[in-house]
Amino acid sequence: MAPISFYLILSIIMFSIGILGVLIRRNALVVFMSLELMFNAANLVFVAFSRQYSSLNGEISVFFVMTVAAAEVAIGLALMVAIFHAKHSIDVDQMSNLKG
Amino acid sequence: MLTGILFFDFMAVIVIASAVGMLISRNAVYAALLLVLNFASVAVLYVTLGAPFIAMAQITVYAGAIMILFLFVIMMLGAEMLQDESSNRKTRVLAGILAVVFLGELTWMVVFQGRMPQAVLTMPASDFGSPTQIGLTLFSNYLLPFEITSFILLVAIIGAIVLTKTENPLFRRIRPGKD
Repeated sequence: MAPISFYLILSIIMFSIGILGVLIRRNALVVFMSLELMFNAANLVFVAFSRQYSSLNGEISVFFVMTVAAAEVAIGLALMVAIFHAKHSIDVDQMSNLKG
Repeated sequence: MLTGILFFDFMAVIVIASAVGMLISRNAVYAALLLVLNFASVAVLYVTLGAPFIAMAQITVYAGAIMILFLFVIMMLGAEMLQDESSNRKTRVLAGILAVVFLGELTWMVVFQGRMPQAVLTMPASDFGSPTQIGLTLFSNYLLPFEITSFILLVAIIGAIVLTKTENPLFRRIRPGKD
């Protein structure tokens, strides 16, 4: 097995790719997928430190992150469907009705 | 030890390549499938970290349920491609700079400031992270968060149903001029 810093650096790279996806993609579904990638990067750090300190608390946190992510995806995709019915597009640049 | 590091490097290459592929693919269906590959490889890393229960939950919940939901919505809306995805060039450059700064900052922190132990992680005790251990911790120390989680899921279910109902009296009250 690799030292913990390897896992941390992998997770940092995954998180940065997720941030880049949120910033540059305009398809709202791909933005959501990038969010999932960032959740996953955080989960990897939780599990790695859980292994490092032989404590189960990190793995329990991953369990809660997963359930909250599932709830977030259900609500988010329902919002996408509602927005698509209203605007016939899921381009994030067009969701600007509240812009001053 | 060396084989462990080589295996980690191999999985890390798959994880990063599938994440980058998700980032640059034009078609949202390909992006979703690459993300499934990414989640599966991260599940393999969980197994190497001695967390088989989390790995199985990752496969079933993330790579299974959540990504199926994504693919279902993509195909239902027919929104796998945007007409004009060519985003503003200035925005892209700025986003790239910000992401690289973030990456450099965190890497600098971990490598030079974190003082992480350099020893390789040892193999876990045989029952560490087993479903029995996870269940015992979850239902003793974390009982209240567990119950709150079930309530969150209930709220999510009701919210999804309310949001996607087509004949929705709530929407009509909010936007009276539209219909």
